[in-house]
Amino acid sequence: MPWGEFKDTAAERRLFQRRTLVMLVFVILMLGGLLGRMYQLQVVEHEIYTTISDKNRVQVQSVPPPRGLVYDRNGELLAENRPVFSVTLVPERVDGMDETLIRLGRILDVSEQDLERFQRRLKEPRRPFQEIPLRYDLTEQEIARLAVHRHELPGVEVEAELVRYYPHSELTAHVLGYVGRINREELQRIDPVNYAGTNYIGKSGIERFYEETLHGKVGYQHVETNARGRTLRVLERENPVPGEDLKLHLDLRLQQRAHELLDGRRGAVIAIEPKTGGILALASVPGFDTNKFVTGISVDDYRALSQSKDKPLFNRALRGQYPPGSVMKPMLAIAALDSGVTTRDRTIWDPGYFQLKEGGRRYRDWKRSGHGWVDLKDSIAESCDVYFYEMAVEMGVDTMSGYLSSFGFGEDATLDVSGALSGLLPSREWKRAIHNEPWYPGDSVNLGIGQGYMLATPLQMATATALIANRGTWVEPRLLRDVIGDDSVEDVLPEETHKPLTLKNPEDWEYVVESMAEVMHGTKGTARRAGSDAPYRMAGKTGTAQVFSLAEDEEYDAEEIRERLRDHALFVGFAPIEDPQIVVSVIVENGGSGSGTAAPVARALFDAWLLEFSEGSGSGLVSQTTGDAQ
Amino acid sequence: MALKDLVDPAASGPLARSRGIWSALHLDPILLFLLLVLVSGGLFVLYSGADRNIEVVKAQGIRLGVAFVVMLVFAQLDPAVFRRWAPWLYAAGLVALAAVLVVGVGAKGAQRWLALPGLPRFQPSEIMKLVVPMMAAWYLSRHFLPPRLSQVAVGLAIVLVPMVMIVQQPDLGTSLLVGMAGLFVVFFAGMSWKLIAAFVAMVSVSAPLMWFFVMREYQKQRVLTLLDPQSDPLGAGWNIIQSKTAIGSGGIDGKGWLQGTQSHLEFLPESHTDFIVAVLAEEFGFVGMLVLLLVYFLIILRCLYIAATAQDSFSRLLAGALTMTFFIYIFVNVGMVSGLLPVVGVPLPLISYGGTSGVTLMAAFGVLMSIHTHRRMISA
Repeated sequence: MPWGEFKDTAAERRLFQRRTLVMLVFVILMLGGLLGRMYQLQVVEHEIYTTISDKNRVQVQSVPPPRGLVYDRNGELLAENRPVFSVTLVPERVDGMDETLIRLGRILDVSEQDLERFQRRLKEPRRPFQEIPLRYDLTEQEIARLAVHRHELPGVEVEAELVRYYPHSELTAHVLGYVGRINREELQRIDPVNYAGTNYIGKSGIERFYEETLHGKVGYQHVETNARGRTLRVLERENPVPGEDLKLHLDLRLQQRAHELLDGRRGAVIAIEPKTGGILALASVPGFDTNKFVTGISVDDYRALSQSKDKPLFNRALRGQYPPGSVMKPMLAIAALDSGVTTRDRTIWDPGYFQLKEGGRRYRDWKRSGHGWVDLKDSIAESCDVYFYEMAVEMGVDTMSGYLSSFGFGEDATLDVSGALSGLLPSREWKRAIHNEPWYPGDSVNLGIGQGYMLATPLQMATATALIANRGTWVEPRLLRDVIGDDSVEDVLPEETHKPLTLKNPEDWEYVVESMAEVMHGTKGTARRAGSDAPYRMAGKTGTAQVFSLAEDEEYDAEEIRERLRDHALFVGFAPIEDPQIVVSVIVENGGSGSGTAAPVARALFDAWLLEFSEGSGSGLVSQTTGDAQ
Repeated sequence: MALKDLVDPAASGPLARSRGIWSALHLDPILLFLLLVLVSGGLFVLYSGADRNIEVVKAQGIRLGVAFVVMLVFAQLDPAVFRRWAPWLYAAGLVALAAVLVVGVGAKGAQRWLALPGLPRFQPSEIMKLVVPMMAAWYLSRHFLPPRLSQVAVGLAIVLVPMVMIVQQPDLGTSLLVGMAGLFVVFFAGMSWKLIAAFVAMVSVSAPLMWFFVMREYQKQRVLTLLDPQSDPLGAGWNIIQSKTAIGSGGIDGKGWLQGTQSHLEFLPESHTDFIVAVLAEEFGFVGMLVLLLVYFLIILRCLYIAATAQDSFSRLLAGALTMTFFIYIFVNVGMVSGLLPVVGVPLPLISYGGTSGVTLMAAFGVLMSIHTHRRMISA
């Protein structure tokens, strides 16, 4: 068959050229279409795509402010921020997800919950190259192991976040409280703007009360990120204002001593510097490890803490409401003297019991045989109940209630102690409202020795004792000593609200103080053993509070019942008498007698504060020179 | 001769003297110049698209160098050689395609490569882009044109068989290009408009059937994504949203070379391969796109001119079909990246990184130059 030129007719050529023209037109139209599309995207819709493009690349990130640190009065760090590391995976870069997870499981401790949460997040829609966290809070060993295996694990990364850490968590648990992840309720309370980058919030204690001061102000940065969410450069930045550091009145050494003294028991110790109201120690034993709560406590750990018979989570110092018993006697003595119900000279005969009327119910003295002839001072020193039964009946509930209220009972008189309870100061109106009964004289008898309806927290007992130490000058208890930052203490500490308790005869203060000194140093003083051989004079009052009942559903073995039915041992006191530096209130649950168990604890704290620590910078004597702040 | 004047003003000008050299080299200077402009400009865009990775640019430069050599070699061969070899090449190609389906190697669930001992690894489907139009042109040019119905049918069969085999790999993009190359031969041969209309109607009717019986799930997904990229913005829709954003944010004059945020911040996937035109659009804007499409248009214009002035039917049909295949590359790629067409793996010719398509394309240009420079008449 001939090729090409032989059959290359003009007709064929013209046919081809016509078709070529058609194709040329086709090409022009199609290219024109593409150009039109470009015009549409690049000129008409340019603004839209510019916006999308900027949104892609520019992210506004909130920069959380570093939380303020907390120091004790000597500059000892109590709460700090530590980088906590978590391991994250970028699925796009991982070769073989299942295999990688198995490998990670060999390197790290990955729980079922971690895996479950990870798998759930893996299925959720997300941006390509966005990382998914697998486990938080890696240990240093785990980070090291990960670093060693890193090259075998593409797409696995370690990320850091600043998280609160309490170096002395057991000791300071009930003072500092702790921070935790913001929950739903708190989310509604907080300023969403200022907390935009914050994951943690103060849940209790100082952390809660000074949340605003500690938190600081959020910062912002516009960053350019790539598609993997990795920040490439910061375009614009407004730095966060870090939270302010706080310095507390607390002395870690005294706090630690208090814990040691109560070790193995359940109880609370409050120590206050009477001049300033500064809380030197606030111990509730047993404590607990607050660090566990920060990143989220495991169910098992929480169950162990909340179901423990020793109730470590319970803040006995602020929230334990006990019948104060005989430690109320000095306050009631002030009431009796100032109201004119008794005088210093008045003596009574204590036969061992008290009766409202002949043949009526006998209210027993703790000393069955009675104290014999006693005046007010003896009654305090020996803790004579009968004297106070009589005074109580003569004063009546209104007078007692009024004076006790001036001592801070029945209210939370603290300035910045979060979660302090107000106890119970009974009154005629209260009984009518709650029990729908009139106030009986027998109720007054019980109130006369701090029993009956009366309830007070160890902190309240310390506060009332401080008022005696200060001879009527009110200084509300407080934890904050100084703010290391722009604010001053006055800016953040609430106003003082209490007026001094002015007595008709101010000498009555000295009389009651001397009576309390008799408790410690008198021949018949109930705490004379605890007060012996001291190079300074101290004042105190012992007390016991009866344990009325056990919850029926609680099971104890016989020995434990005996132990747990014992009275609570109480003690309040201060030292030295002439120039009080420290006020202490002690409660030892089921400790038996105040003189035997609680008073020695207080004595040890007095010694520690006045003799042992006074040489250092931490003494109340040198409170003008603030410790070195870091 | 209006067309000739438009395309080749130098034909009778001062350049006519230098024609002798180019003729001896069997190269077309105009086409060569346009290709060099395109390729060198493309390397600049590639440098940016590959995020300043000079190694990528070097590798592409070497690949293009090889492609130019291939073009040179093809240009030396007389078109008659192609014509003579066409049936044998076609038969060999079919065998190779069959072999790919049986013993082929590849990645991502597709078998496209053939690794024969003693030969470099190659993609038979890529070679078919040249061989199928050659075969169709060989067959149709044996008869008087326009072809009769039966001849059209045979011509279509020549196209359809390899197409189906390539779809099986599966490689929709290449199959489409091979099919288009063959169909253009039939069209240029003068297939009657009635038949064309009937053919188009048939394709339109069979499209829904294709949807249900031929297309794979991922291919359907691509079409659905095209219609509504927002339905899965982080998954299948991601590419198309990001490439449209890249193009749109470029505006009239672009963000500047190396300044494209979409590509450099890795929002734009495949930014140095299939989606490279989005990089160009983002960094050089509408103006850049206008220049690119203009260069492409001039190349097509020159090639159509070569086809129109070719001396025999075989050459004309082959030249016309290869030119139009080149155009289809451009249209499918730019249409895909700008969200007009579903995502199929078609690179931007002579600019996208990698693949063997560059070599095939340059071979096609070699064929065109061969056709233009091996003229039987003793003139000029």
